[in-house]
Amino acid sequence: MSQWLLLGVNSITLGGLLFLLSAGFSLIFGLMRIPNLTHGSFFMLGAYLGVTFLGLGFDFWLAALLAAAAMAVVGGGIERLLLRRLQGQELAQVLVTLGLSFMIADLCLMLWGGDPIPLDTPPGLGGAVPIASIVFPTYRLAIVAIAVVIAVLLWLMLERTRLGAMIRAGVDDPAMARVTGIRVSRLFTIVFCLGAAIAGFAGVIGGPILSVYPGLDSDMLPLALIVVILGGTGSLLGALVGSLIIGFLYNYGQVLFPELAYIILFLPMLLILLFRPQGLFGSRVP
Amino acid sequence: MADDALRLDGVHAYYGDSHVLQGVALRLAAGHVLGLLGRNGAGKTTCMNVAVGLLPPRIGTVSLFGETVSGRAPEAIATRGLALVPQGRRIFRSLTVRENLTVAARKPVAGARHPWTLDSVFAAFPRLAERQHQAAGYLSGGEQQMLAIGRALMSNPRVLLMDEPSEGLAPQIVAEVMSTIRRLKEQGLSILLVEQNAKLVFDLADDIVILNSGRVVVSDTAARLQASGVDLHQHLGVF
Repeated sequence: MSQWLLLGVNSITLGGLLFLLSAGFSLIFGLMRIPNLTHGSFFMLGAYLGVTFLGLGFDFWLAALLAAAAMAVVGGGIERLLLRRLQGQELAQVLVTLGLSFMIADLCLMLWGGDPIPLDTPPGLGGAVPIASIVFPTYRLAIVAIAVVIAVLLWLMLERTRLGAMIRAGVDDPAMARVTGIRVSRLFTIVFCLGAAIAGFAGVIGGPILSVYPGLDSDMLPLALIVVILGGTGSLLGALVGSLIIGFLYNYGQVLFPELAYIILFLPMLLILLFRPQGLFGSRVP
Repeated sequence: MADDALRLDGVHAYYGDSHVLQGVALRLAAGHVLGLLGRNGAGKTTCMNVAVGLLPPRIGTVSLFGETVSGRAPEAIATRGLALVPQGRRIFRSLTVRENLTVAARKPVAGARHPWTLDSVFAAFPRLAERQHQAAGYLSGGEQQMLAIGRALMSNPRVLLMDEPSEGLAPQIVAEVMSTIRRLKEQGLSILLVEQNAKLVFDLADDIVILNSGRVVVSDTAARLQASGVDLHQHLGVF
């Protein structure tokens, strides 16, 4: 019994990490109309940068924040210097993000080597918390708490500020937003910086659970893609619910039907695409 | 004489290979209402898209109070004082009524006579004030039209483009929209009004331009056209 509950905690933890990864992915998809195939690389590169900052003697959380800041610069640079030049050419943009993901993977392999790098759990969070008769790993609960805090902050930014309203206007109708005087291209940069930063941050704090290894990017990207197709592009709530669904499907699926892991993950995506293409929470008000 | 509020000069525009505007010239005098008429597919909405910068002309220029704006991005043209009430209204459906207005808010360009604020838009359209916290997608058609007009006014434009503001609305709401346009005109706003309904246009417009297949076929004052009894059906009739 307790084993199933623990699996539930693991599912929620993975859901939290996936949310941090896919929140930015979803906003970029909603606003720019392209899946950013570099997003898994943001996660992995952020994790490797965290490794380096830790090696320089920084505290775990400071290393995670520094990695996030560095990824904001990388993400903003990619949008400004590459994607902007291909404005309106969606296929070219997607191909650029795909090419970049391979290049970043190569670069990481060259700089950090091919062996998985385990990250230590930050001090103070290594143990386990007994709740009722079950012991929960403290660090996993901390990840869930962080994901909740970031979700709330993102929600406040999107729903309670003028900048957030402009981003939603851009998701609703980009052409009309521009005619209204909203500088949508500036929103592209902001969303790209933000998405890359959160993904990089998630890469570091996911490190103690997932460790950091070549291929982490291509392990994470498909999950983000499924989350966003399930939840609906450009929807924060969709990203949250989609992340939890995938967190549970992934963990329970691997225990119950290990040989069908990918079918269990991708079948819901196919069904959603066929029968509800805007996703569960896609931005379609009647 | 002051510069025209909005001018299209020799505009050729294409959708892909389709030559939609073939040398269109039109002039909206400052403080006037210019009615733009024509059959479906004559190029009226394309003129709007060219003016706001969504479809750059391949040849020809668009100018706003003497300043050439064609070639600039839509957001740059908007900040120079051009606002659009688009066909189909295109309000931001997932934003609240209030957010639809605030995202468009801008300080008045020098020379705007009547600076619009959230309060003055709510005063002009009390229904919007009542429903300000609702998602705009749930408004009725008439309310959405009011919101689209309010959103355009929030940018404190010098020139207002209105594309089929009566489309799909009940007669009583149409009358309300028309009286709003009349009020805006009295405040000195220059308005380009696109309509299928020729009668509405002749009630309001100082000047009339009729498009047919991407070309201007009639361009005159409304008064002269009415006096001459020109056969509008020749240009506008479906049959």
